[in-house]
Amino acid sequence: MPDRTAAAVADAYRREWAYVLAATARFTHDLDLAEDATADAFATAVETWPRDGVPRSPGGWLTTTARRRALDALRRRQTLRSKLPLLVEPAGADSVEDAVLEDEPAVTDDLLRLVFTCCHPALAREAQVALTLRLVCGLSTAEVAASFLVSESTMAARVTRAKKKIAAARIPYRVPLAAELPERLDAVLTVVHLVFTAGHTAGSDQLVRPELVSRAIALARTLVEVMPDEREARGLLALTLLTDARRQTRIDSAGHLVLLADQDRTAWDRSAIAEGRRLVSESLRGERPGRFALQAAIAALHAEAPRWADTDWRQIVGLYDVLLGAWPSPVVALNRAVAVAMADGPRAGLDQLALIEDDPRLAGYRYLPAARADLLRRLGRRDEATAAYREALAHTDAGPEREYLLHRLAEVER
Amino acid sequence: MAEYLILIYEDEQTYADADPSVFAEAMAAHGRFAEQIVEHGGKMVAGQALQPTSTATTIRGDVVTDGPFAETKEALGGYYLIEAEDLDQALAIAKLCPAPGGGVEVRPVMVFE
Repeated sequence: MPDRTAAAVADAYRREWAYVLAATARFTHDLDLAEDATADAFATAVETWPRDGVPRSPGGWLTTTARRRALDALRRRQTLRSKLPLLVEPAGADSVEDAVLEDEPAVTDDLLRLVFTCCHPALAREAQVALTLRLVCGLSTAEVAASFLVSESTMAARVTRAKKKIAAARIPYRVPLAAELPERLDAVLTVVHLVFTAGHTAGSDQLVRPELVSRAIALARTLVEVMPDEREARGLLALTLLTDARRQTRIDSAGHLVLLADQDRTAWDRSAIAEGRRLVSESLRGERPGRFALQAAIAALHAEAPRWADTDWRQIVGLYDVLLGAWPSPVVALNRAVAVAMADGPRAGLDQLALIEDDPRLAGYRYLPAARADLLRRLGRRDEATAAYREALAHTDAGPEREYLLHRLAEVER
Repeated sequence: MAEYLILIYEDEQTYADADPSVFAEAMAAHGRFAEQIVEHGGKMVAGQALQPTSTATTIRGDVVTDGPFAETKEALGGYYLIEAEDLDQALAIAKLCPAPGGGVEVRPVMVFE
């Protein structure tokens, strides 16, 4: 029984943290206070659920408890009126409860308010990512710090600074207006994608940080649920599912990196691929598909090919052309050059790489010299390939990717 | 409502040797901006242009020196103090503030309770 209760608390934490915090924040207009009150509510659940049983609506119970805690804290401060002119003042404890129970449709709005506030353009990207992981995903500051290889104190300072700015500059706690939505949504999706990428290619000691990957996928799924009409949210969910479907095959039993060409395609997660493909076709519907939908479409083409040799490179290059139009990024151009090399040979790929090699935005980007090295190796230009592998190694930390590059370097040096 | 200071940073060269028509244009643009603040639901509390940094005097401790606090290509050339509902409204207004020779910085005004 205690085990089942503990599982229920853990489950509620995973599912409800963001909703409880979001609903409490609308009530307090103070993220710090909402965060403390939410943590308090979960601590109370740990104490009381084993004794009283798991409530019928864990989320409602937690939100009511968090709001009561917040209200207590506000009363203790005794500055309720002067500090919080915007507070939706409750008449008593009952209304705290009613507000939660009658509030169902508002729940998703609360979550969106929280997400859009964390990803407000007035905050630096790294602060957006940190706040989203801390406040929306409920990761501890230590976990967020570990995910991005910075010290806990650095991460704590980053989160505190961001929260101070939200309060002092009055970054509003609201869903953007329709006119601003495309731009604001793009920032949110970018943050979720950054979380996914950080988990998917963690580097250092391990290639994948599964907890970050699953947080990102869960967040993308939530965004699709609360904004069903936003095609790019669907595209992002598709992209993360299709990419993560290969997780088990990207590393062999000895911990070595396995390239897409050599992965065991029978071990890819078929149900994730099926869901991803369905989402891709939905996200491509209509005019001018967005960058996440297009990247997902490319990932779907890889997932559909029964063997590496069956990959439809011509169509992949075509999709990269459209993607480059929607999102003129040098990283996209780099990936396109690799696809061109597959469709038309390594020399054609090198010609495409030459066009972007001097782009300052790619300075220090390890996949540029790595891609060049691979094409030179395939052309038998071993001296140039050696130099390019060395350059890529200079920007690659210890881990499976580094092992792979060292292996290739030894091959061309022979 | 809260107060925000919109600080206008521009390259002074933009206006240093400029034709009088450039000034006339800038004056007209700022006149329009004053109206836009209200149209966007904000309120102008104050707004001034400053003489160029060649006229600035800096004091640190007791030491008086000629020149601005910091030598930068884009210098503070004017400001608006506005009232807005929140940062989103303040930013929507500040985006309309004329600053062809640079840009603007938006700072919330500290409230002491």
